[in-house]
Amino acid sequence: MSAAATLNSDGLARDERLERLRLFGLASPAILLVMVILVIPVGWLFYVSFLGADGSFSLENYERMIERKSYARIFYTTFEVSILTTILCIVIGYPLAYFMSQLPNKWANICLVTVLLPFWTSLLVRTYAWLVLLQKSGLVNEWGMSLGLWEEPLRLVHNMSGTLIGMVHIMLPFLILPVYSAMRQIDRDYLKAAANLGASPRRAFWTVFFPLSTPGLFAGALMVFVLCLGFFVTPAVLGGGKVIMVSMKIVSNIELFVNWGAASALGVVLLTLTVGILWIASKFLNLDTVSKGGH
Amino acid sequence: MSWFSRPASETQVTHGQRLWLYIFAGITMTLLVVPTLIVIPMSFSDSQYLEFPPEDWSLRWYHNYFSSPEWMGATATSFKAAILTTIVATPIGVLAAYGLHASKIPFIRATFVLLITPMMVPVVLIAIGAFYAYVKLQILYTMTGLVLAHALLAIPLVVIVIGSALKSYDMNQENAARSLGAPRWKAFMTITLPQIRFAVVTSALLAFLTSFDEVIVAMFISGGDNSTLTRNMFNALRDQIDPTIAAISTIMVLVTTVLMIVAQVFGTDKSQK
Repeated sequence: MSAAATLNSDGLARDERLERLRLFGLASPAILLVMVILVIPVGWLFYVSFLGADGSFSLENYERMIERKSYARIFYTTFEVSILTTILCIVIGYPLAYFMSQLPNKWANICLVTVLLPFWTSLLVRTYAWLVLLQKSGLVNEWGMSLGLWEEPLRLVHNMSGTLIGMVHIMLPFLILPVYSAMRQIDRDYLKAAANLGASPRRAFWTVFFPLSTPGLFAGALMVFVLCLGFFVTPAVLGGGKVIMVSMKIVSNIELFVNWGAASALGVVLLTLTVGILWIASKFLNLDTVSKGGH
Repeated sequence: MSWFSRPASETQVTHGQRLWLYIFAGITMTLLVVPTLIVIPMSFSDSQYLEFPPEDWSLRWYHNYFSSPEWMGATATSFKAAILTTIVATPIGVLAAYGLHASKIPFIRATFVLLITPMMVPVVLIAIGAFYAYVKLQILYTMTGLVLAHALLAIPLVVIVIGSALKSYDMNQENAARSLGAPRWKAFMTITLPQIRFAVVTSALLAFLTSFDEVIVAMFISGGDNSTLTRNMFNALRDQIDPTIAAISTIMVLVTTVLMIVAQVFGTDKSQK
Protein backbone atom coordinates (compact mmCIF):
# COMPACT_ATOMS: atom_id res chain seq x y z
CA MET A 1 0.00 0.00 0.00
CA SER A 2 2.62 2.53 1.08
CA ALA A 3 5.01 1.31 -1.60
CA ALA A 4 2.35 1.92 -4.22
CA ALA A 5 1.75 5.40 -2.85
CA THR A 6 5.46 6.28 -3.08
CA LEU A 7 5.58 4.88 -6.58
CA ASN A 8 2.61 7.02 -7.47
CA SER A 9 4.09 10.18 -5.99
CA ASP A 10 7.36 9.48 -7.81
CA GLY A 11 5.38 9.19 -11.00
CA LEU A 12 3.55 12.43 -10.27
CA ALA A 13 6.80 14.24 -9.57
CA ARG A 14 8.21 12.92 -12.84
CA ASP A 15 5.09 13.99 -14.69
CA GLU A 16 5.34 17.42 -13.16
CA ARG A 17 8.97 17.78 -14.19
CA LEU A 18 8.06 16.71 -17.72
CA GLU A 19 5.19 19.15 -17.81
CA ARG A 20 7.44 21.99 -16.69
CA LEU A 21 10.02 21.13 -19.32
CA ARG A 22 7.30 21.00 -21.95
CA LEU A 23 6.05 24.41 -20.85
CA PHE A 24 9.58 25.74 -20.93
CA GLY A 25 9.82 24.35 -24.45
CA LEU A 26 7.26 26.97 -25.50
CA ALA A 27 10.04 29.51 -25.21
CA SER A 28 12.26 27.58 -27.62
CA PRO A 29 11.33 29.42 -30.85
CA ALA A 30 12.22 32.72 -29.20
CA ILE A 31 15.42 31.29 -27.74
CA LEU A 32 16.38 29.80 -31.11
CA LEU A 33 15.88 33.15 -32.83
CA VAL A 34 17.99 35.01 -30.25
CA MET A 35 20.71 32.37 -30.49
CA VAL A 36 20.93 32.23 -34.29
CA ILE A 37 20.62 35.91 -35.10
CA LEU A 38 22.19 37.49 -32.03
CA VAL A 39 24.27 35.29 -29.73
CA ILE A 40 26.17 33.24 -32.30
CA PRO A 41 26.97 36.17 -34.64
CA VAL A 42 28.05 38.39 -31.73
CA GLY A 43 30.16 35.51 -30.43
CA TRP A 44 31.75 35.36 -33.86
CA LEU A 45 32.46 39.11 -33.72
CA PHE A 46 34.20 38.48 -30.42
CA TYR A 47 36.35 35.85 -32.10
CA VAL A 48 37.14 38.05 -35.11
CA SER A 49 38.21 40.92 -32.87
CA PHE A 50 41.14 38.77 -31.73
CA LEU A 51 42.34 37.96 -35.24
CA GLY A 52 45.15 39.91 -36.83
CA ALA A 53 45.44 40.91 -40.48
CA ASP A 54 47.10 37.59 -41.28
CA GLY A 55 44.29 35.60 -39.66
CA SER A 56 46.19 34.41 -36.60
CA PHE A 57 45.48 35.25 -32.98
CA SER A 58 46.57 38.76 -32.17
CA LEU A 59 45.63 41.74 -30.06
CA GLU A 60 46.44 44.25 -32.79
CA ASN A 61 42.84 45.45 -33.10
CA TYR A 62 42.84 46.39 -29.43
CA GLU A 63 46.36 47.76 -29.51
CA ARG A 64 45.40 50.08 -32.35
CA MET A 65 42.52 51.36 -30.25
CA ILE A 66 44.91 52.30 -27.46
CA GLU A 67 47.68 53.68 -29.68
CA ARG A 68 45.76 55.83 -32.09
CA LYS A 69 44.61 59.22 -30.93
CA SER A 70 41.59 59.15 -33.25
CA TYR A 71 40.10 56.24 -31.32
CA ALA A 72 40.59 57.98 -27.99
CA ARG A 73 38.79 60.98 -29.43
CA ILE A 74 35.88 58.82 -30.59
CA PHE A 75 35.45 57.33 -27.14
CA TYR A 76 35.77 60.77 -25.60
CA THR A 77 33.08 62.14 -27.93
CA THR A 78 30.81 59.19 -27.20
CA PHE A 79 31.03 59.76 -23.46
CA GLU A 80 30.75 63.51 -23.84
CA VAL A 81 27.56 63.23 -25.90
CA SER A 82 26.09 60.55 -23.63
CA ILE A 83 26.81 62.38 -20.37
CA LEU A 84 25.65 65.78 -21.65
CA THR A 85 22.47 64.29 -23.11
CA THR A 86 21.72 62.50 -19.85
CA ILE A 87 22.29 65.64 -17.76
CA LEU A 88 20.16 67.78 -20.08
CA CYS A 89 17.41 65.16 -20.04
CA ILE A 90 17.40 65.18 -16.22
CA VAL A 91 17.36 68.98 -16.02
CA ILE A 92 14.54 69.30 -18.56
CA GLY A 93 12.65 66.08 -17.92
CA TYR A 94 12.48 66.00 -14.14
CA PRO A 95 10.53 69.27 -13.73
CA LEU A 96 8.13 68.26 -16.51
CA ALA A 97 7.52 64.87 -14.89
CA TYR A 98 6.99 66.67 -11.57
CA PHE A 99 4.53 69.05 -13.18
CA MET A 100 2.55 66.16 -14.70
CA SER A 101 2.55 64.20 -11.45
CA GLN A 102 0.85 67.15 -9.71
CA LEU A 103 -2.02 67.32 -12.19
CA PRO A 104 -5.34 65.52 -11.83
CA ASN A 105 -5.42 62.27 -13.84
CA LYS A 106 -7.37 63.67 -16.76
CA TRP A 107 -4.98 66.58 -17.37
CA ALA A 108 -1.94 64.44 -16.70
CA ASN A 109 -3.04 62.05 -19.43
CA ILE A 110 -3.40 64.89 -21.92
CA CYS A 111 0.11 66.10 -21.05
CA LEU A 112 1.35 62.54 -21.32
CA VAL A 113 0.33 62.55 -24.99
CA THR A 114 2.88 65.32 -25.60
CA VAL A 115 5.53 62.93 -24.31
CA LEU A 116 4.19 59.84 -26.05
CA LEU A 117 3.59 61.37 -29.48
CA PRO A 118 7.28 62.00 -30.13
CA PHE A 119 8.13 58.73 -28.37
CA TRP A 120 6.08 56.80 -30.90
CA THR A 121 7.10 58.88 -33.90
CA SER A 122 9.94 57.63 -36.03
CA LEU A 123 13.39 58.69 -34.97
CA LEU A 124 14.17 59.60 -38.56
CA VAL A 125 11.20 61.93 -38.83
CA ARG A 126 12.25 63.81 -35.71
CA THR A 127 15.90 63.93 -36.74
CA TYR A 128 14.83 65.29 -40.12
CA ALA A 129 12.59 67.88 -38.46
CA TRP A 130 15.52 69.19 -36.39
CA LEU A 131 17.73 69.23 -39.46
CA VAL A 132 15.21 71.51 -41.13
CA LEU A 133 14.52 73.67 -38.08
CA LEU A 134 18.17 74.24 -37.20
CA GLN A 135 19.64 74.84 -40.64
CA LYS A 136 21.08 78.23 -41.58
CA SER A 137 17.84 79.54 -43.05
CA GLY A 138 15.75 77.44 -40.67
CA LEU A 139 12.96 78.53 -38.38
CA VAL A 140 15.12 78.80 -35.26
CA ASN A 141 17.67 81.07 -36.90
CA GLU A 142 14.97 83.21 -38.55
CA TRP A 143 13.03 83.71 -35.35
CA GLY A 144 16.15 84.26 -33.29
CA MET A 145 17.29 87.00 -35.66
CA SER A 146 13.90 88.64 -36.05
CA LEU A 147 13.58 88.75 -32.26
CA GLY A 148 17.01 90.34 -32.13
CA LEU A 149 18.56 87.55 -30.09
CA TRP A 150 21.46 87.19 -32.47
CA GLU A 151 22.64 89.03 -35.58
CA GLU A 152 24.16 86.43 -37.87
CA PRO A 153 22.66 83.01 -38.60
CA LEU A 154 24.12 80.61 -36.02
CA ARG A 155 25.59 77.27 -36.96
CA LEU A 156 23.18 75.10 -35.06
CA VAL A 157 23.38 71.90 -37.04
CA HIS A 158 26.12 69.62 -38.35
CA ASN A 159 27.98 70.05 -35.11
CA MET A 160 27.83 69.15 -31.42
CA SER A 161 24.96 71.49 -30.53
CA GLY A 162 22.75 70.08 -33.27
CA THR A 163 23.54 66.54 -32.17
CA LEU A 164 22.74 67.35 -28.54
CA ILE A 165 19.45 69.05 -29.38
CA GLY A 166 18.34 66.08 -31.45
CA MET A 167 19.52 63.51 -28.93
CA VAL A 168 17.83 65.24 -25.99
CA HIS A 169 14.57 65.42 -27.93
CA ILE A 170 14.74 61.72 -28.69
CA MET A 171 15.85 60.62 -25.21
CA LEU A 172 13.55 62.81 -23.09
CA PRO A 173 10.59 60.38 -23.08
CA PHE A 174 12.91 57.59 -21.87
CA LEU A 175 13.65 59.72 -18.82
CA ILE A 176 10.23 61.27 -18.25
CA LEU A 177 8.20 58.05 -18.34
CA PRO A 178 9.94 56.17 -15.49
CA VAL A 179 10.33 59.35 -13.41
CA TYR A 180 6.65 60.17 -13.86
CA SER A 181 5.54 56.67 -12.93
CA ALA A 182 7.76 56.72 -9.81
CA MET A 183 6.32 60.10 -8.80
CA ARG A 184 2.76 58.90 -9.28
CA GLN A 185 3.37 56.16 -6.73
CA ILE A 186 4.53 58.56 -4.02
CA ASP A 187 1.97 58.83 -1.24
CA ARG A 188 1.03 62.50 -0.95
CA ASP A 189 0.24 62.09 2.73
CA TYR A 190 3.98 62.08 3.43
CA LEU A 191 4.19 65.61 2.05
CA LYS A 192 1.17 66.71 4.03
CA ALA A 193 2.76 65.26 7.14
CA ALA A 194 6.02 67.07 6.40
CA ALA A 195 4.17 70.36 5.92
CA ASN A 196 2.16 69.83 9.09
CA LEU A 197 5.33 69.21 11.03
CA GLY A 198 6.59 72.56 9.88
CA ALA A 199 8.81 71.72 6.90
CA SER A 200 9.01 74.48 4.34
CA PRO A 201 7.81 73.49 0.86
CA ARG A 202 11.38 73.42 -0.37
CA ARG A 203 12.50 71.25 2.52
CA ALA A 204 9.54 68.91 2.09
CA PHE A 205 10.39 68.53 -1.57
CA TRP A 206 14.11 67.81 -1.10
CA THR A 207 13.84 65.61 1.96
CA VAL A 208 10.63 63.71 1.17
CA PHE A 209 9.54 63.91 -2.44
CA PHE A 210 12.86 63.92 -4.24
CA PRO A 211 14.38 60.89 -2.46
CA LEU A 212 11.22 58.90 -3.12
CA SER A 213 11.45 59.71 -6.83
CA THR A 214 15.11 58.73 -7.22
CA PRO A 215 14.53 55.08 -8.23
CA GLY A 216 12.63 56.34 -11.27
CA LEU A 217 15.24 58.99 -11.93
CA PHE A 218 18.11 56.50 -11.76
CA ALA A 219 16.26 54.07 -14.00
CA GLY A 220 15.50 56.77 -16.56
CA ALA A 221 18.97 58.30 -16.51
CA LEU A 222 20.58 54.88 -16.87
CA MET A 223 18.31 54.03 -19.79
CA VAL A 224 19.16 57.32 -21.52
CA PHE A 225 22.88 56.96 -20.91
CA VAL A 226 23.09 53.38 -22.18
CA LEU A 227 20.96 54.15 -25.24
CA CYS A 228 23.18 57.16 -26.02
CA LEU A 229 26.36 55.08 -25.90
CA GLY A 230 25.22 52.98 -28.85
CA PHE A 231 23.39 55.72 -30.73
CA PHE A 232 23.88 56.12 -34.43
CA VAL A 233 21.20 57.80 -36.54
CA THR A 234 20.88 61.21 -34.89
CA PRO A 235 24.60 61.98 -34.51
CA ALA A 236 25.20 60.69 -38.05
CA VAL A 237 22.65 63.11 -39.51
CA LEU A 238 22.79 66.11 -37.15
CA GLY A 239 26.50 65.82 -36.42
CA GLY A 240 27.32 66.17 -40.10
CA GLY A 241 30.47 64.08 -39.81
CA LYS A 242 31.92 66.28 -37.04
CA VAL A 243 30.55 64.27 -34.13
CA ILE A 244 31.83 60.72 -34.49
CA MET A 245 30.59 58.18 -31.98
CA VAL A 246 31.70 54.58 -31.51
CA SER A 247 28.74 53.12 -33.37
CA MET A 248 29.46 55.34 -36.38
CA LYS A 249 33.09 54.25 -36.44
CA ILE A 250 31.95 50.61 -36.38
CA VAL A 251 29.70 51.21 -39.38
CA SER A 252 32.34 53.12 -41.34
CA ASN A 253 34.94 50.45 -40.57
CA ILE A 254 32.71 47.94 -42.28
CA GLU A 255 31.06 50.03 -45.00
CA LEU A 256 34.16 51.92 -46.13
CA PHE A 257 37.14 49.83 -45.11
CA VAL A 258 35.60 46.34 -44.82
CA ASN A 259 37.73 45.94 -41.72
CA TRP A 260 35.83 43.39 -39.63
CA GLY A 261 38.61 43.07 -37.09
CA ALA A 262 38.65 46.76 -36.17
CA ALA A 263 34.85 46.99 -36.19
CA SER A 264 34.50 43.88 -34.02
CA ALA A 265 37.02 45.12 -31.46
CA LEU A 266 35.15 48.42 -31.17
CA GLY A 267 31.90 46.48 -30.91
CA VAL A 268 33.28 44.28 -28.14
CA VAL A 269 34.37 47.36 -26.17
CA LEU A 270 31.00 49.07 -26.71
CA LEU A 271 29.11 45.94 -25.66
CA THR A 272 31.32 45.44 -22.61
CA LEU A 273 30.75 49.04 -21.54
CA THR A 274 27.00 48.78 -22.01
CA VAL A 275 26.59 45.43 -20.28
CA GLY A 276 29.05 46.45 -17.55
CA ILE A 277 27.11 49.60 -16.74
CA LEU A 278 23.80 47.71 -16.75
CA TRP A 279 25.30 44.99 -14.57
CA ILE A 280 26.66 47.42 -12.01
CA ALA A 281 23.38 49.32 -12.02
CA SER A 282 21.41 46.10 -11.54
CA LYS A 283 23.25 45.64 -8.25
CA PHE A 284 21.75 48.89 -7.03
CA LEU A 285 18.31 48.99 -8.55
CA ASN A 286 15.64 46.79 -9.96
CA LEU A 287 16.09 46.79 -13.74
CA ASP A 288 12.48 45.79 -14.30
CA THR A 289 11.57 49.43 -13.68
CA VAL A 290 13.87 50.39 -16.54
CA SER A 291 12.25 48.11 -19.04
CA LYS A 292 8.77 49.00 -17.87
CA GLY A 293 9.51 52.70 -17.92
CA GLY A 294 11.07 52.55 -21.34
CA HIS A 295 8.05 51.08 -23.00
CA MET B 1 -8.51 84.79 -3.36
CA SER B 2 -6.97 84.78 -6.78
CA TRP B 3 -5.63 81.70 -8.49
CA PHE B 4 -2.07 82.88 -7.91
CA SER B 5 -2.32 82.79 -4.15
CA ARG B 6 -4.18 79.51 -3.94
CA PRO B 7 -2.20 76.54 -2.63
CA ALA B 8 -1.06 74.22 -5.40
CA SER B 9 0.19 71.23 -3.45
CA GLU B 10 0.16 69.48 -0.10
CA THR B 11 3.04 71.65 1.02
CA GLN B 12 1.00 74.86 0.60
CA VAL B 13 3.08 76.23 -2.25
CA THR B 14 0.89 78.64 -4.18
CA HIS B 15 0.36 78.55 -7.92
CA GLY B 16 2.02 81.94 -8.15
CA GLN B 17 5.13 80.70 -6.39
CA ARG B 18 5.66 77.99 -8.92
CA LEU B 19 4.53 79.80 -12.01
CA TRP B 20 8.05 79.16 -13.34
CA LEU B 21 7.26 75.41 -13.31
CA TYR B 22 4.15 75.89 -15.42
CA ILE B 23 5.97 78.08 -17.91
CA PHE B 24 8.90 75.68 -18.05
CA ALA B 25 6.58 72.68 -18.52
CA GLY B 26 4.63 74.51 -21.21
CA ILE B 27 7.79 75.33 -23.16
CA THR B 28 9.13 71.80 -22.79
CA MET B 29 5.89 70.21 -23.97
CA THR B 30 5.80 72.58 -26.95
CA LEU B 31 9.40 71.70 -27.82
CA LEU B 32 8.55 68.00 -27.56
CA VAL B 33 5.59 68.14 -29.90
CA VAL B 34 6.36 70.92 -32.38
CA PRO B 35 9.36 69.30 -34.13
CA THR B 36 7.27 66.18 -34.55
CA LEU B 37 4.38 68.02 -36.14
CA ILE B 38 6.15 70.79 -38.06
CA VAL B 39 6.97 68.47 -40.94
CA ILE B 40 3.27 68.37 -41.79
CA PRO B 41 2.83 72.00 -42.96
CA MET B 42 6.31 71.92 -44.49
CA SER B 43 5.41 68.96 -46.66
CA PHE B 44 2.77 71.08 -48.41
CA SER B 45 5.20 73.81 -49.37
CA ASP B 46 5.88 74.63 -52.98
CA SER B 47 9.44 75.69 -52.32
CA GLN B 48 12.64 73.75 -52.92
CA TYR B 49 13.91 75.21 -49.65
CA LEU B 50 11.94 74.20 -46.64
CA GLU B 51 10.40 77.28 -45.17
CA PHE B 52 7.91 77.88 -42.48
CA PRO B 53 5.25 79.01 -42.89
CA PRO B 54 5.29 78.03 -46.58
CA GLU B 55 4.63 80.89 -49.02
CA ASP B 56 2.96 78.79 -51.66
CA TRP B 57 1.17 75.57 -51.03
CA SER B 58 1.36 72.58 -53.29
CA LEU B 59 1.28 68.84 -53.40
CA ARG B 60 4.41 68.51 -55.50
CA TRP B 61 6.40 66.62 -52.88
CA TYR B 62 3.58 64.15 -52.43
CA HIS B 63 3.45 63.83 -56.19
CA ASN B 64 7.20 63.22 -56.17
CA TYR B 65 6.78 60.53 -53.57
CA PHE B 66 3.81 58.72 -55.06
CA SER B 67 5.22 58.75 -58.58
CA SER B 68 8.60 57.37 -57.56
CA PRO B 69 8.80 53.61 -58.04
CA GLU B 70 11.75 53.53 -55.65
CA TRP B 71 9.91 55.22 -52.76
CA MET B 72 6.77 53.22 -53.44
CA GLY B 73 8.70 49.96 -53.46
CA ALA B 74 10.42 50.89 -50.21
CA THR B 75 7.10 51.81 -48.60
CA ALA B 76 5.60 48.48 -49.64
CA THR B 77 8.65 46.66 -48.23
CA SER B 78 8.38 48.51 -44.93
CA PHE B 79 4.69 47.73 -44.50
CA LYS B 80 5.16 44.12 -45.53
CA ALA B 81 8.10 43.67 -43.17
CA ALA B 82 6.24 45.33 -40.29
CA ILE B 83 3.12 43.22 -40.78
CA LEU B 84 5.12 39.99 -41.08
CA THR B 85 7.24 40.96 -38.06
CA THR B 86 4.05 41.43 -36.05
CA ILE B 87 2.74 38.05 -37.21
CA VAL B 88 6.01 36.29 -36.36
CA ALA B 89 7.10 38.09 -33.18
CA THR B 90 3.77 38.30 -31.35
CA PRO B 91 2.98 34.55 -31.12
CA ILE B 92 6.63 33.61 -30.51
CA GLY B 93 6.87 36.21 -27.77
CA VAL B 94 3.53 35.29 -26.19
CA LEU B 95 4.51 31.59 -26.18
CA ALA B 96 7.85 32.42 -24.59
CA ALA B 97 6.34 34.72 -21.94
CA TYR B 98 3.71 32.14 -21.10
CA GLY B 99 6.20 29.28 -21.04
CA LEU B 100 8.52 31.19 -18.72
CA HIS B 101 5.64 32.22 -16.49
CA ALA B 102 4.04 28.79 -16.17
CA SER B 103 7.09 26.53 -15.91
CA LYS B 104 8.81 27.21 -12.65
CA ILE B 105 12.22 25.69 -13.41
CA PRO B 106 15.43 27.18 -11.98
CA PHE B 107 16.94 28.92 -14.99
CA ILE B 108 13.86 31.01 -15.85
CA ARG B 109 15.55 34.25 -14.81
CA ALA B 110 18.56 33.55 -17.04
CA THR B 111 16.29 32.72 -19.97
CA PHE B 112 14.36 35.94 -19.44
CA VAL B 113 17.61 37.91 -19.52
CA LEU B 114 18.61 36.05 -22.70
CA LEU B 115 15.30 36.94 -24.36
CA ILE B 116 15.63 40.64 -23.56
CA THR B 117 19.28 40.91 -24.65
CA PRO B 118 18.30 42.29 -28.08
CA MET B 119 17.17 45.38 -26.15
CA MET B 120 20.47 45.80 -24.37
CA VAL B 121 22.97 45.02 -27.12
CA PRO B 122 23.77 48.14 -29.18
CA VAL B 123 21.79 47.93 -32.42
CA VAL B 124 24.90 48.48 -34.53
CA LEU B 125 26.31 45.21 -33.21
CA ILE B 126 23.07 43.35 -33.93
CA ALA B 127 23.19 44.81 -37.44
CA ILE B 128 26.71 43.68 -38.29
CA GLY B 129 26.18 40.34 -36.54
CA ALA B 130 23.03 39.70 -38.54
CA PHE B 131 24.83 40.79 -41.71
CA TYR B 132 27.48 38.17 -41.09
CA ALA B 133 24.95 35.45 -40.21
CA TYR B 134 22.87 36.22 -43.28
CA VAL B 135 25.81 35.91 -45.62
CA LYS B 136 26.33 32.39 -44.21
CA LEU B 137 22.63 31.54 -44.29
CA GLN B 138 22.29 33.12 -47.74
CA ILE B 139 19.32 35.26 -46.74
CA LEU B 140 20.99 38.64 -47.13
CA TYR B 141 18.67 41.24 -48.76
CA THR B 142 15.66 38.92 -48.47
CA MET B 143 12.32 39.60 -46.80
CA THR B 144 12.79 36.48 -44.65
CA GLY B 145 16.02 37.85 -43.26
CA LEU B 146 14.56 41.28 -42.62
CA VAL B 147 11.54 39.86 -40.80
CA LEU B 148 13.65 37.53 -38.65
CA ALA B 149 15.96 40.35 -37.58
CA HIS B 150 13.07 42.71 -36.82
CA ALA B 151 11.29 39.93 -34.92
CA LEU B 152 14.44 39.53 -32.85
CA LEU B 153 14.24 43.23 -31.92
CA ALA B 154 10.52 43.03 -31.17
CA ILE B 155 10.56 39.89 -29.01
CA PRO B 156 11.89 41.59 -25.83
CA LEU B 157 9.02 44.07 -25.94
CA VAL B 158 6.42 41.33 -26.42
CA VAL B 159 7.94 39.20 -23.65
CA ILE B 160 8.01 42.14 -21.22
CA VAL B 161 4.49 43.37 -21.98
CA ILE B 162 2.91 39.88 -21.89
CA GLY B 163 5.03 38.84 -18.91
CA SER B 164 3.83 41.75 -16.81
CA ALA B 165 0.22 41.10 -17.86
CA LEU B 166 0.55 37.46 -16.77
CA LYS B 167 1.95 38.57 -13.41
CA SER B 168 -1.30 40.27 -12.56
CA TYR B 169 -3.36 37.38 -13.98
CA ASP B 170 -4.57 34.62 -11.69
CA MET B 171 -3.36 31.30 -13.13
CA ASN B 172 -5.83 29.43 -10.94
CA GLN B 173 -8.51 30.28 -13.45
CA GLU B 174 -6.67 28.22 -16.01
CA ASN B 175 -6.09 25.45 -13.48
CA ALA B 176 -9.82 25.40 -12.77
CA ALA B 177 -10.57 24.91 -16.46
CA ARG B 178 -8.00 22.12 -16.63
CA SER B 179 -9.35 20.36 -13.58
CA LEU B 180 -12.70 20.38 -15.37
CA GLY B 181 -11.08 18.50 -18.23
CA ALA B 182 -9.88 21.12 -20.68
CA PRO B 183 -6.48 20.39 -22.21
CA ARG B 184 -3.78 22.96 -21.43
CA TRP B 185 -3.83 24.65 -24.83
CA LYS B 186 -7.61 24.91 -24.74
CA ALA B 187 -7.58 26.36 -21.24
CA PHE B 188 -5.01 28.90 -22.45
CA MET B 189 -6.92 29.83 -25.58
CA THR B 190 -10.33 30.15 -23.96
CA ILE B 191 -9.53 31.40 -20.46
CA THR B 192 -6.13 33.09 -20.35
CA LEU B 193 -5.74 34.60 -23.81
CA PRO B 194 -9.01 36.59 -23.75
CA GLN B 195 -7.98 38.11 -20.43
CA ILE B 196 -4.54 39.24 -21.59
CA ARG B 197 -5.79 40.37 -25.01
CA PHE B 198 -5.07 44.05 -24.29
CA ALA B 199 -1.45 43.25 -23.61
CA VAL B 200 -1.37 41.16 -26.79
CA VAL B 201 -2.70 44.08 -28.86
CA THR B 202 -0.20 46.46 -27.26
CA SER B 203 2.72 44.13 -27.87
CA ALA B 204 1.63 43.52 -31.48
CA LEU B 205 1.57 47.28 -32.10
CA LEU B 206 4.99 47.64 -30.52
CA ALA B 207 6.28 44.87 -32.78
CA PHE B 208 4.84 46.63 -35.81
CA LEU B 209 6.41 49.97 -34.87
CA THR B 210 9.75 48.38 -34.01
CA SER B 211 10.00 47.03 -37.53
CA PHE B 212 8.49 50.05 -39.26
CA ASP B 213 10.86 52.53 -37.58
CA GLU B 214 14.02 50.47 -37.57
CA VAL B 215 16.94 51.94 -39.52
CA ILE B 216 20.32 50.51 -38.64
CA VAL B 217 19.67 46.78 -39.06
CA ALA B 218 17.77 47.50 -42.27
CA MET B 219 20.74 49.51 -43.50
CA PHE B 220 22.88 46.40 -43.43
CA ILE B 221 20.57 43.54 -44.32
CA SER B 222 17.93 45.09 -46.56
CA GLY B 223 18.68 46.17 -50.07
CA GLY B 224 17.77 45.96 -53.72
CA ASP B 225 14.08 45.22 -54.08
CA ASN B 226 13.80 44.70 -50.35
CA SER B 227 15.07 48.10 -49.28
CA THR B 228 13.00 49.63 -46.49
CA LEU B 229 11.55 53.13 -46.34
CA THR B 230 13.68 54.14 -43.37
CA ARG B 231 16.83 52.86 -45.05
CA ASN B 232 16.16 55.01 -48.12
CA MET B 233 15.19 57.97 -45.94
CA PHE B 234 18.41 57.72 -43.97
CA ASN B 235 20.51 57.59 -47.13
CA ALA B 236 18.64 60.58 -48.53
CA LEU B 237 19.14 62.53 -45.30
CA ARG B 238 22.86 62.05 -45.36
CA ASP B 239 23.09 63.57 -48.83
CA GLN B 240 20.77 66.59 -48.80
CA ILE B 241 17.57 68.06 -47.43
CA ASP B 242 15.02 66.80 -49.90
CA PRO B 243 11.47 68.09 -49.25
CA THR B 244 10.10 64.72 -50.44
CA ILE B 245 11.24 63.46 -47.03
CA ALA B 246 8.82 65.94 -45.43
CA ALA B 247 5.94 64.31 -47.33
CA ILE B 248 7.11 60.84 -46.30
CA SER B 249 7.58 61.99 -42.71
CA THR B 250 4.02 63.31 -42.67
CA ILE B 251 2.76 59.93 -43.81
CA MET B 252 4.83 58.24 -41.11
CA VAL B 253 3.45 60.57 -38.43
CA LEU B 254 -0.02 59.68 -39.72
CA VAL B 255 0.71 55.93 -39.43
CA THR B 256 1.99 56.42 -35.87
CA THR B 257 -1.03 58.48 -34.86
CA VAL B 258 -3.42 55.89 -36.24
CA LEU B 259 -1.54 53.16 -34.32
CA MET B 260 -1.68 55.22 -31.13
CA ILE B 261 -5.43 55.61 -31.50
CA VAL B 262 -5.77 51.88 -32.18
CA ALA B 263 -3.73 51.21 -29.04
CA GLN B 264 -5.97 53.52 -27.05
CA VAL B 265 -9.16 51.93 -28.34
CA PHE B 266 -8.15 48.26 -28.38
CA GLY B 267 -5.09 48.17 -26.18
CA THR B 268 -6.51 49.42 -22.89
CA ASP B 269 -8.71 47.55 -20.52
CA LYS B 270 -11.77 49.73 -20.07
CA SER B 271 -13.12 47.62 -17.25
CA GLN B 272 -10.16 48.70 -15.14
CA LYS B 273 -10.75 52.41 -15.54
